[in-house]
Amino acid sequence: MLEIKNLHARIVDDGTEIIRGLNLTVKAGEVAAIMGPNGSGKSTLSYILAGREDYEVTEGDILYNGQSILEMDPAERATSGIFLAFQYPMEIPGVATMEFLKVAMNEQRKARGEEPLKIPEFLKRVKDAAASLNMDMAMLKRPLNVGFSGGEKKRAEILQMKLLEPNLCVLDETDSGLDIDALKIVSDGVNALRSPDRAIVIITHYQRLLQHIEPDTVHVLYRGQVIKSGDKSLALDLEANGYAGVIGQAA
Amino acid sequence: MNIHTTPQRTPAETALIDAFSDRLSLLPGDGTVMLKRDDAIEAIKSGLPTRRIESWHYTDLRRLLASVPDFDPAAAAKAIAPIVEGSAVLPVLNGVSSTKLPTVDGVAVQRLSEKLTDGSAAPGLDPYGTDDAIGALNTAFVADGYFVDISDGTELDKPIELQNLQAGGQTHVRLGVRVGAGAKAVIVERQAGEGAALVSSVSQLLLGEGADVTWLIVQEQPDTATHLAQFKAHLGKNAKLTLFVMNAGGKLVRQEIVVKTTGEGADFTLRGINLLAGDTHTDVTMVLDHAVPHTASTEVIRNVVTGKARGIFQGRINVHQYAQKTNAKMACNTLLLSDDGEFSTKPELEIFADDVVCGHGATVTEIDHSHLFYLMARGIDEKTARGLLVKAFVAEVIEELDDEAIVEALEARLDGWFVAHG
Repeated sequence: MLEIKNLHARIVDDGTEIIRGLNLTVKAGEVAAIMGPNGSGKSTLSYILAGREDYEVTEGDILYNGQSILEMDPAERATSGIFLAFQYPMEIPGVATMEFLKVAMNEQRKARGEEPLKIPEFLKRVKDAAASLNMDMAMLKRPLNVGFSGGEKKRAEILQMKLLEPNLCVLDETDSGLDIDALKIVSDGVNALRSPDRAIVIITHYQRLLQHIEPDTVHVLYRGQVIKSGDKSLALDLEANGYAGVIGQAA
Repeated sequence: MNIHTTPQRTPAETALIDAFSDRLSLLPGDGTVMLKRDDAIEAIKSGLPTRRIESWHYTDLRRLLASVPDFDPAAAAKAIAPIVEGSAVLPVLNGVSSTKLPTVDGVAVQRLSEKLTDGSAAPGLDPYGTDDAIGALNTAFVADGYFVDISDGTELDKPIELQNLQAGGQTHVRLGVRVGAGAKAVIVERQAGEGAALVSSVSQLLLGEGADVTWLIVQEQPDTATHLAQFKAHLGKNAKLTLFVMNAGGKLVRQEIVVKTTGEGADFTLRGINLLAGDTHTDVTMVLDHAVPHTASTEVIRNVVTGKARGIFQGRINVHQYAQKTNAKMACNTLLLSDDGEFSTKPELEIFADDVVCGHGATVTEIDHSHLFYLMARGIDEKTARGLLVKAFVAEVIEELDDEAIVEALEARLDGWFVAHG
């Protein structure tokens, strides 16, 4: 489903190269964890997948279902089924959360040639998704993410993911800022989305989230490259021995 | 011996002076009113204000008012639906008030032409300050409008909507409202029309003790019209006024706001949105006098500027020496969406009291790219996402109004503007 080939990318503003020849393949149905120390390029990779303009791809390609996405803007990538759950979701004053959800869902439906949702059906879907994540509907009456706690923002991201039903889910440090209970709820939410035709990429610093969402593959990112891949035991190894060992082997 | 040099008159000045001679016999008014009209036309004869006059620095009326249309008594203005359903509508069509008016308990309505004829409107025709060009233009030519009296203790459950609708030519209208002690009302002032008109409109509001009024000015003139307007209010003891101004049209627009707190405990809130497109020149100029102790005011103006539009906000707050414990805060935020648009902000605080809290701030920004990315990352195309963010920027000010019917009505106006200019 996702194939990243020899990807090189840099920050547009200052030309700093962050991704330096990254290769990664994630199949449909797979849950892939990307782990790595701070500054290894994890969040940058997630932004590049979503199409953020602050980064420029200088070499290589990203194929999604066999097609390059490099020329697609963030909205086109999203409507084609790519979803990024942000590490730091934006607070956008003045944009009502419900209005935002409705516009986003209907824009995606429009792109797929479907009719806009009728209001009762839309409300039902939001209510059901919110209930499954233990979210209060009163929260959704506020402007988008405004005044949400860190944990509430992460839940709101997963809520959006459930409602938009993407094929490729990229979760950037979704576990940061979550207490144990919230982590469980969010993980259950993600696990419910596991399906044979959907791929999930989990970007995380710690192994903690992977106890709740069991990955099929684990990849270690260091200095903009995947330096080691393995199964879930690799994550346990990293937890026990730190990144130093793996980095040492690669160097 | 004096040597008089009369500056050469502009075509607009000449047209106004000539129009006054032509119209004089048709204008209502007793002796006092007619004398005030004479004074007013004398003020116009001495010349329209230029940029050398400080309060007109950004709006050189003499230069910008290139021409003046003739009066067109035959022009037919059309009444429009009120922004809030069920409002009592008082229409002024092409400068003429209606004889058939809705009746509302506790509210007495008089046609202004009658009050000019019997002279009871005369005291309100005096200019304020020395550079009151809009007041002078209006006093010279005003023929009609309404005077609305809301009796003490009356609480209106539906708004009163004053409509000033032009159909081209010239219209000069005055809208006076007195709100009695403890009365509560929402008043909507609609300024719209279809022609390349010259409009002058003066609104005067007197708030009695403890009165509570929300006044909405919705200006949606066509991009051919010149709209010169003034809103003047006196706030008595513990009176509360929330003034909301929306400018969403007009070629040359000046909206003056002149507010004085005359009773302790008075509270004034100004919220304004200027939606500026095309090559409009829109100037909002406020002069607020905190004249007594223990009064409060906040002013928030949000501007969206596209195309070659030019906007101005001048906010002057005078805190008189005796007006201790004044609390005043002013902010002006602009979202600049084009390279050719511009917005000028001039806050002025004149404080003669020593125990006050006053502040002001101004920002000019573009659309936040991280916000845009977030919305697009959910599949919302760039144009729609920009529209949501621009609307959000101004909607924040509308939502503060806290009255669902009004918020919905104003957001509908906002949506209309975005459909036309987004």
